[in-house]
Amino acid sequence: MTCLPGKTDKALGLVIDLDTCVGCQACVTACKGWNDQGYGVPLSDQNPYGSKPSGTFLNRVHSYQVQAEPAPMIVNFPRSCLHCADAPCVTVCPTGASYKRAEDGIVLVNEEACIGCGLCAWACPYGARELDADAGVMKKCTLCVDRIYNENLPEEDREPACVRTCPTGARHFGDLADPTSAVSQLVAARGGYDLMPEQGTRPTNKYLPPRKKDRPDQASLLAPLLDIQATGFAGWLDRILGKI
Amino acid sequence: MNPAPSVIIFTVLSGMGLGYLALLATAHDYSGMAAFWHWAFGYALATIGLMASAFHLGNPQRALLAFTQWRTSWLSREAWGAVLTLLAFAPLALSDWLGLGLPRGFGWLGAGLALATVLATGMIYAQIRAVPRWHHWTVPLLFLGFAVAGGCLLAGFRWPALAALVVLGGAMVLHWRIGDGAFARAGSTMASATGLGRPGAVTVFEPAHTAGNYLLREMIHVVGRRHAAKLRAIALGLGAVLPALALLVLPGVAAFGVALVLHLLGALAQRWLFFAEAEHVVGLYYGARGA
Repeated sequence: MTCLPGKTDKALGLVIDLDTCVGCQACVTACKGWNDQGYGVPLSDQNPYGSKPSGTFLNRVHSYQVQAEPAPMIVNFPRSCLHCADAPCVTVCPTGASYKRAEDGIVLVNEEACIGCGLCAWACPYGARELDADAGVMKKCTLCVDRIYNENLPEEDREPACVRTCPTGARHFGDLADPTSAVSQLVAARGGYDLMPEQGTRPTNKYLPPRKKDRPDQASLLAPLLDIQATGFAGWLDRILGKI
Repeated sequence: MNPAPSVIIFTVLSGMGLGYLALLATAHDYSGMAAFWHWAFGYALATIGLMASAFHLGNPQRALLAFTQWRTSWLSREAWGAVLTLLAFAPLALSDWLGLGLPRGFGWLGAGLALATVLATGMIYAQIRAVPRWHHWTVPLLFLGFAVAGGCLLAGFRWPALAALVVLGGAMVLHWRIGDGAFARAGSTMASATGLGRPGAVTVFEPAHTAGNYLLREMIHVVGRRHAAKLRAIALGLGAVLPALALLVLPGVAAFGVALVLHLLGALAQRWLFFAEAEHVVGLYYGARGA
């Protein structure tokens, strides 16, 4: 049923550290790799080696330039389903294919019931859903529901593929409804925030802001070397031109 | 948003057909073969429109499942409304054709359902908060305006059609005027989308992918906004102003023929623009706002 559960026992989700992410795209590749063989139809590609390649991905990493003080910075920004508490994608679904699980809050698509109308993708402010062009069904992050409860996997692998693969530890997985969980404490300590809170979706996933960078005079160890004094003819010219 | 032809045909024809059927059921009382052809035409318009909506589905063979979620989904309510409306008109259509003498009052149930169905079609779009231009009551008003105006033109009611066209013209202008500031009023910006506004101004450094994807094709369509002003003039002129003038100036049946063709072209232009100029907030992640 596409009514949202009033309250979920757990709120499983991701915490993404924008300070640590280096934009290596390993999570994008791991996600695509796992979901080619896991839950539901594989994530298809169209014309992958041609002039206009296109494909379905559940996780994409953007890069933004931020004019921060005192120094501007580049922030790599992974974007995927936020498993919202008030998920607008679920309630618009006409067939009941989209649903939010009462036990752990994961938002899933039952592909057997999906007619591929695309309304859920329109309803999502975050672009988390992509219609698979081959299968005609909606694909989205499953939080690797086929890994996290999978007793055939070694314990350390029972987390989403993106989290497992991240080489810098920028992605964390856990229960955000439990204030004592590691992810909740991380959010509290680092000031984790919601994306587009004005859209009223109450996302489960949180983002940790980049830490303040060093001041430029501390950062630039080369500064003394850059103060080049001209000598000889160039120095004479420099002095003359400076006086005119 | 992507102006898919199937969705444009669906919303324009089903609205006009349902409007016409509602008037056949309440304001006309054709009999015999005349009744058969009028009812058949109305049913054909509405049905072709509704069938067209199936063409943009990825898996249309499961379309019956769309009747299950009427509690939350306007798309599901629209499906129910359409089927119930067409069923509710059936006894009256048969009665008109075969002269069974069913009272006209019976038509009001179907007419109410028809308007409710058009309202639900509008709500499919108006419910989407992520498209600020659509998230407003002017959208169902606009859809109802088109259904009533198109229905009156088909039914051949001169003064009601004129009144409906005036209201429709006003609704179009209102929808555009309110819609133009909707994105800014919704408050979503690159700063809120990334949460990086506090450190400083945010711009795109590098896109997440160099080729196209579903999001760019479906929700970050920019062609329409380039010609929005011209298309608005065309939609308003063909959809409302010129048909109204035709009704005032031209004599007899010719007026309705001309007005109807103009109105249909205007409705198609308006609906194309309705999708093409609507901006989705996901464009913010791609720096695609205001392109």
